[in-house]
Amino acid sequence: MATILNAKIPEGNISEKWTNHKFNMKLINPANKRKYQIIVVGTGLAGASAAASLGELGYNVSAFTYHDSARRAHSIAAQGGINAAKNYQNDGDSVYRLFYDTVKGGDYRSREANVYRLAEVSGNIMDQCVAQGVPFAREYGGLLDNRSFGGAQVSRTFYAKGQTGQQLLLGAYSALSRQVGKEKVKLHTHKEMLELVVVDGIAKGIITRDLLTGEIESHSAHAVILATGGYANVYFLSTNAMNCNTTAIWRAHKKGALFANPCFTQIHPTCLPVHGEGQSKLTLMSESLRNDGRVWVSKIKKDMREPNDIPEEERDYYLERKYPSFGNLSPRDISSRSAKEVVDDGRGVKGGEAVYLDFRDAINRLGKNAIEEKYGNLFEIYETITGDNPYNMPMKIYPAPHYTMGGLWVDYNLMSTIPGLFVLGEANFSDHGANRLGASALMQGLADGYFVIPYTIGNYLASDKPELIPADHDQFKKDKSGIEDLTKKLISINGKHTVDELHKKLGRIMWNKVGMARNEKRLNEAIDEIRNLREEFWKNVKVVGSAEGLNQTLERAGRVADYLELGELMAYDALERKESCGGHFREEYQTEDGEALRDDQNYSYVSAWEFKELGKWEHHKEPLEFEYVKLATRSYK
Amino acid sequence: MSDGRINLKLKIWKQSGPNFPGSFADFEVQVSPDASFLEMLDELNNDLESKGLEPVAFESDCREGICGTCGLVINGQPHGPIPKIATCQLHMRNFKDEDTIWVEPFRAKAFPVVKDLIVKRSAFDKIMYAGGFVSVNTGGVPDANAILIPKEKAAESFDAAACIGCGACVAACKNASAMLFVSAKVSQFALLPQGQPERYERVQKMVKVMDDLGFGSCTNTYACEAECPKGISVRNIARMNRDYFVAKVKSANLEVEV
Ligand SMILES: Cc1cc2nc3c(=O)[nH]c(=O)nc-3n(C[C@H](O)[C@H](O)[C@H](O)COP(=O)(O)OP(=O)(O)OC[C@H]3O[C@@H](n4cnc5c(N)ncnc54)[C@H](O)[C@@H]3O)c2cc1C
Ligand code: SF4
Ligand code: FES
Repeated sequence: MATILNAKIPEGNISEKWTNHKFNMKLINPANKRKYQIIVVGTGLAGASAAASLGELGYNVSAFTYHDSARRAHSIAAQGGINAAKNYQNDGDSVYRLFYDTVKGGDYRSREANVYRLAEVSGNIMDQCVAQGVPFAREYGGLLDNRSFGGAQVSRTFYAKGQTGQQLLLGAYSALSRQVGKEKVKLHTHKEMLELVVVDGIAKGIITRDLLTGEIESHSAHAVILATGGYANVYFLSTNAMNCNTTAIWRAHKKGALFANPCFTQIHPTCLPVHGEGQSKLTLMSESLRNDGRVWVSKIKKDMREPNDIPEEERDYYLERKYPSFGNLSPRDISSRSAKEVVDDGRGVKGGEAVYLDFRDAINRLGKNAIEEKYGNLFEIYETITGDNPYNMPMKIYPAPHYTMGGLWVDYNLMSTIPGLFVLGEANFSDHGANRLGASALMQGLADGYFVIPYTIGNYLASDKPELIPADHDQFKKDKSGIEDLTKKLISINGKHTVDELHKKLGRIMWNKVGMARNEKRLNEAIDEIRNLREEFWKNVKVVGSAEGLNQTLERAGRVADYLELGELMAYDALERKESCGGHFREEYQTEDGEALRDDQNYSYVSAWEFKELGKWEHHKEPLEFEYVKLATRSYK
Repeated sequence: MSDGRINLKLKIWKQSGPNFPGSFADFEVQVSPDASFLEMLDELNNDLESKGLEPVAFESDCREGICGTCGLVINGQPHGPIPKIATCQLHMRNFKDEDTIWVEPFRAKAFPVVKDLIVKRSAFDKIMYAGGFVSVNTGGVPDANAILIPKEKAAESFDAAACIGCGACVAACKNASAMLFVSAKVSQFALLPQGQPERYERVQKMVKVMDDLGFGSCTNTYACEAECPKGISVRNIARMNRDYFVAKVKSANLEVEV
């Protein structure tokens, strides 16, 4: 338990920290900015907004994505909305309240100063997106409309039907497109980063594989930004897009970047249940549905009746019963765990792994048209996938892995423990503590990219004066041949299990033992099982095709290899944290009525793990101090 | 939802690269009717891989009909037989036991085949780089509620902005025209106050690049609208044509005035 990490939180009152810091940071003269080369990996909300903003400022930016176009990043799939403390509804919202709600929602495991800044710039994000021509939902008078989201009692979520992420990403993509057109940003599509190049402890570039030609290439820069998204696909089945993966941050971790709170994963309460073995991913039904839908199960175990045949008095609206003040809008971790409880009790839909989300009462109260206007497209999606019509029949939902609060550790400037390596968006650990509130990831990605990194990266370049190292430097050569060897190795094994089979096995271990409810015994079992599976992978994986040209199996194999290491660290982290907080529920630490038992005395810190060798990490801590938000048991009762 | 799996014959386009000839190959699968079309292909690929055979290359990502990555021509129709959904949203319950299904890539001169069912659609991005934006830098913009926008206008703009950039409209069109895609972006901005300053310049720039990239011209067959997974309306094309005409007149006038 060595070093205490320096978060570099600026001095002063919380409401002045960012303003003071902006003033104190060094600037780079506009004419000199073009002398700097910056690499941005990822073109989701965080990466596209960063690349565009840095290009506008005059830096030379190279942006990378494994997609065929910057517009396809996983951010596109976000449905519900984006928070901003505008208080347009005059319902008592403020920067301070958004800050407070986010720290509380994160179960007091996030850094106050970062969260405050997030709340502070949230309003600017809305201004920016509107100016870009993002068509948000509006009221009859022409003002922006809001809805409320889980974990908040004010209405501060802005939205564009059920396609908010799409519209925000297309906004960032259009700003990026403008810079690509001006040749300030060079966009590399279909290129996957496979290694971070570190020279004398400083990030100097990346190694990529061209997914169409198979060519391994070196790229050097004064600074590297990773905005590569989350790692929920470690569970195989999650709401993340098929290609989301951990490779970029994992390989940076193995080069020295500390990984923070890896076990903090969010299991989203409203997803469609699994249909069978061939299932490739899980579909999220927007949480906004919980504004009008009521969650229930039968009071009777293994009740095989159709839902509409179960009379009112035999239904258990368990969220309303247990959490009367938040009810169906209780935060995600609580809603998910409650669903697991009733399912474990045998009261899931027909005894299986699902609960009902019912719109009957809302339709009776507001009329079918009102419900259709609000949720029409979501209802259509549901019917397309399941074949059931939610206007007549309650939806069936079940929790699924959705978002990862953990990620690479960053300081207040969003710099990792490797100087020159910055991490934005879901890829870092910064703002959501042990649980993320709905509509806050989009806000964080855009805050990081539009409003934080343009300042902090300038400060790094101006103060540290990093040098540009040529891409044929020995370290680049070494890393490049390392990746070529890895690729050859994966292909040469030619064993008996396909990549998907091994990934599914890992997913099952993670879901059953490092999932919604964890305990020491199962976590230890998970560690053993993951190690064995990893051994099996390297002995017996079967990757057909060659290293040249397009080979999707090879792409997946590299990603699964990284998951097999990350999974183990997640289990370690979960084991080390002997408390229950947010998305991390340890069965040994709960109150008599089954609520999470946080231990602020002993666990009020960020865990940051330093990679030593495969299966060995050193544990570091960043103590969390709460000067403004009063630590309290998070109660939604 | 039934438990009985169905048997299908597949005729899938295989092509090893852009400069190689392609042809249909035959496969057989047994699949649950609750599986999606792409899950059916996953199962096929897993089977092929376990036999040491090359899988069929196809792209997908979100599998929720929003990222625009997937896109197959199924039995002659871009995104398959069900209207207003993307390929990834198609489920096997729409097919019958013993059906034969033909699967091909989106075909167009501007979309060269990369491998099997994957085509390169970067031409769409190039059109965007030419003008698919509002020229505002980060920071220094007015308050989000400073400009009122009528609800219907915002909704109409949203409907155009809902385009997922999949390219089905091009694949559906006998002339391989990109008019529906381009007009959707042009309309999104043309309908909003934020898009007005560059309205006429934007349309000219985007149309020029579209023409240069080898997309065909529009002869109003409306095949694009019929196959569009997001129901993007051909009214956008009419709006863009109007704007384009006005832009031409304006630039002609300018020349006279100078
Ligand atoms: C279904 C769904 C709905 C959601 N709804 C909401 C919502 O309503 N509100 C909300 O606030 N949040 C929501 N979220 C969460 C939110 O969408 C994500 O957390 C957020 O979009 C992540 O953005 P990002 O920019 O960090 O990463 P991403 O959008 O995941 O982008 C990652 C980028 O990195 C690139 N990349 C990754 N690895 C590499 C590599 N090795 N080499 C090259 N490129 C790489 C990818 O190509 C991509 O461009 C939702 C998430 C899901 C799954
Ligand atoms: S207009 Fe429709 S078919 Fe064409 S790219 Fe957009 S979504 Fe796809
Ligand atoms: S995979 Fe995203 S639209 Fe089909």
